[in-house]
Amino acid sequence: MSPGTQYTPYHPKWYRHRVSVWWWLQNRSYVYFVLRELTSVFVGLWALLLLWQLRALVQGPEAYAHFLAQMRRPFFVALNGVGLLFILFHTITWFNLAPKAMVVRVGGKRVPDWTIAGLNYIAWVLLSVAVAAVLLRG
Amino acid sequence: MRPITPFLWTLFGAGGTIAALLFPVHLVLSGLAFPLGALEAPSYDFLYGLVRHPVTRLYLLVVITLPLFHWAHRFRYTLYDVLQLKHLYRLIAVLCYSAALLGSAVAAYTVWHIP
Repeated sequence: MSPGTQYTPYHPKWYRHRVSVWWWLQNRSYVYFVLRELTSVFVGLWALLLLWQLRALVQGPEAYAHFLAQMRRPFFVALNGVGLLFILFHTITWFNLAPKAMVVRVGGKRVPDWTIAGLNYIAWVLLSVAVAAVLLRG
Repeated sequence: MRPITPFLWTLFGAGGTIAALLFPVHLVLSGLAFPLGALEAPSYDFLYGLVRHPVTRLYLLVVITLPLFHWAHRFRYTLYDVLQLKHLYRLIAVLCYSAALLGSAVAAYTVWHIP
């Protein structure tokens, strides 16, 4: 995932040790890594679901009712349930990594990791409450 | 690819932050609580009025497009590293970012053309 990663071009003639695509199942921390990377699938899916919801709203009350009816189907209930777990996993891992990705110094001193992570969590709560307050008003 | 990598990395970071902060609440409400009737869903007229507001349009554009680029970047490296598809380096990069661009274009068109 690091931006400086170098990939060598593919050379079919070179000997390469064959590794199964399930290599990450051997070790708990590899499983954690792969599950974390797979959160992006649900982030992408939910961006598309938001787009679908918006387009249904713009098309009219019937299209929007159809969208809500789709969300009640077992397939989408399951998708959203699993998706919520992955999105929460993304949120937590993202906030916990934030202090490592962004080193902040105030007055020459490094702001401690827990402060940066904590500010992220506070922003998360405040924004969630704000969005919920707007939507629940209607 | 190399010269625009920092730019793609920035989109990845911004989209990841937006998704981390805002997707849980949208998923819980619009994906589960409202359709299943756990909470009273907002009326169509209220939501339509909300979506027409310029601030909401900008909000929706940001909340849809940046996470799409987050997906494109991270999923691209997932394919390289987990499925070991490094020999398809360029093809995968083009497909991922094109998909994100296409979704963003549809989002921008939709947001711009709300009657």
